[in-house]
Amino acid sequence: MTLTAPETSTRSAPAAPGRSRSTLARRLVAYGYLSPTVLLIVVLMVVPIVMVIGYSFRDNVIVQENSVFAGFANYTKVLTDANFLAALKNTAVFISVSTMAHLVLGLAFAMMLNTPLLGGVTKAIFRIVYILPWLFTIAVIAVIWRLLLDPAGVVNHVLQTLGLIQEGVNWFSDPGMALWAVTFVNIWAGYPFFMISLLAALQGIPTDLYEAAAVDGTNWFQRFLHVTLPQLRPVIISMAVLDLIWTSHQFALIWMTTGGGPLNSTEMLSTFTYKQAFSEYEFATASAAAVIVLLLTMVLAFFYVRSQREQ
Amino acid sequence: MATVKTRRTLAKAGVVTGLVIGGLFAGLPILWLLSTSVKSNGEVFQNPPQLITEGFSLDAYRAILGNGAQLRFFLNSYIVAFAVTILTLLVAILAGYAFSRFTFPFQKTINAVIVSVQAVPPITLVIPYFGLIVALGLYDTYLGLILTHMVFTLPYAIIMITAYLNTLPRELDESVKVDGGSGWTALWRILVPTAVPGLIAVGVYTFMISWNEYLFALTLTRTDDMRTVPIGIQLLMGQHSYEWNQMMAMSILGSIPVLALFLFFQRRFIGGLTAGAVKA
Repeated sequence: MTLTAPETSTRSAPAAPGRSRSTLARRLVAYGYLSPTVLLIVVLMVVPIVMVIGYSFRDNVIVQENSVFAGFANYTKVLTDANFLAALKNTAVFISVSTMAHLVLGLAFAMMLNTPLLGGVTKAIFRIVYILPWLFTIAVIAVIWRLLLDPAGVVNHVLQTLGLIQEGVNWFSDPGMALWAVTFVNIWAGYPFFMISLLAALQGIPTDLYEAAAVDGTNWFQRFLHVTLPQLRPVIISMAVLDLIWTSHQFALIWMTTGGGPLNSTEMLSTFTYKQAFSEYEFATASAAAVIVLLLTMVLAFFYVRSQREQ
Repeated sequence: MATVKTRRTLAKAGVVTGLVIGGLFAGLPILWLLSTSVKSNGEVFQNPPQLITEGFSLDAYRAILGNGAQLRFFLNSYIVAFAVTILTLLVAILAGYAFSRFTFPFQKTINAVIVSVQAVPPITLVIPYFGLIVALGLYDTYLGLILTHMVFTLPYAIIMITAYLNTLPRELDESVKVDGGSGWTALWRILVPTAVPGLIAVGVYTFMISWNEYLFALTLTRTDDMRTVPIGIQLLMGQHSYEWNQMMAMSILGSIPVLALFLFFQRRFIGGLTAGAVKA
């Protein structure tokens, strides 16, 4: 949900001279409380990451008993694979367009929900409706949109009735359309979290800032530009980086709507890696791809941490 | 004054129009899901499309609820999600207490590791998990799913619970210690009961993550005895690609737990959720 580190307490009593034994005891107690967490993170995070890095430098891992050291061969194979490069490009388009749209929709909806012109009950009802897409699991969202975007489905029917298209488009199987179709569905499914965070941030902007701006004779748009946006900037930046990271993790939506097809047009880094491992049983190349994905994510995470520090 | 009033009315009309358009964008697909689940299968693609069906029937729900294999998916999802929620809360309460009430070497480092765990892509982990879970004999078991789900529920839970405990005054635990109680007693007798609102928000979110998890459930289970609801929906899509009404009924039934939890705990949930994000 959030990558924010809470401020860890520094309020406990400083160790007085002669009390070092009790300080040591306190530290041991603290480690005792932490031990289940540390154990789980070591077994399920540290060990697996070491394992996958190890796999990525070997050949024939998992499926054969005697694997051999392969150097950077798996990396060369992945980085020269046209499918991988297509996946890289598609992922870049998918995550950047999704995040931009999440921001725009989330901000627009949050501002409408924050209006002083409407009563609390009306706004509460709209807020629930707006959060709805976020409450459905991706498997359900995939099924809903496969129904809606079917060539004989309701979206095509409406577009045909309006005269925007001549015949039903098969959105998920048209190579020119599929990437935009999955991106659109992801936009629909993902904006509410942006909206919730921005709504809370909007409610935290001091009203006297707006009053002062109103006294200066500014109009609505000027106040948005010079009060709202600067106040929201920290939240927008951290949410945007988080959203880029989360969206790059997206697997289920692609897998259940297009499976990466047609003709690689919606292949993502996640589906490429999955196919290498569990369809081709090329666990070594899959591991190299998985490590590259991890490194790319760490670059994004680095920007996230830096944006946090700047505040 | 009249112009001010007119402008206000215009602005209000504009906002309402915007809200309704946005509401249709968000809500219509879900209305369509509901409406399709009570149609007969022949009506699903009827031309022109009807939002309100004439042949209302609950046959699709009966078909899902009368099918032992589908019910098993629900049972599996409930078992896994409840176990993940309880275990996550237990482990995170202990860790949150350590972070909130103690200072110890490597505190910042351990905290940074926990925070960064959330950025690790699941697809990177799923390959070694496959090897690891098979080696541990946990392939196709509840425990394999529960443990792997906790990797993604635990960091958030620890962060939120630490933040929540930090807001509770230290005098609370000190009072227990003055009476001769230990830190352990203070945690479970005083802090945990006081932190219930925060724990509910964390618990609901944990349940949601586990209930919705797809990639690990897909790769670390094999038999229908262990499959969870998201995989069940996908299987239904593969097997009966024409039974749209049943797919929609299964989708609704599969969404009810999360919807119910959310609506019931809405206020606390949104409050708890944004508390972390906004302080960012």
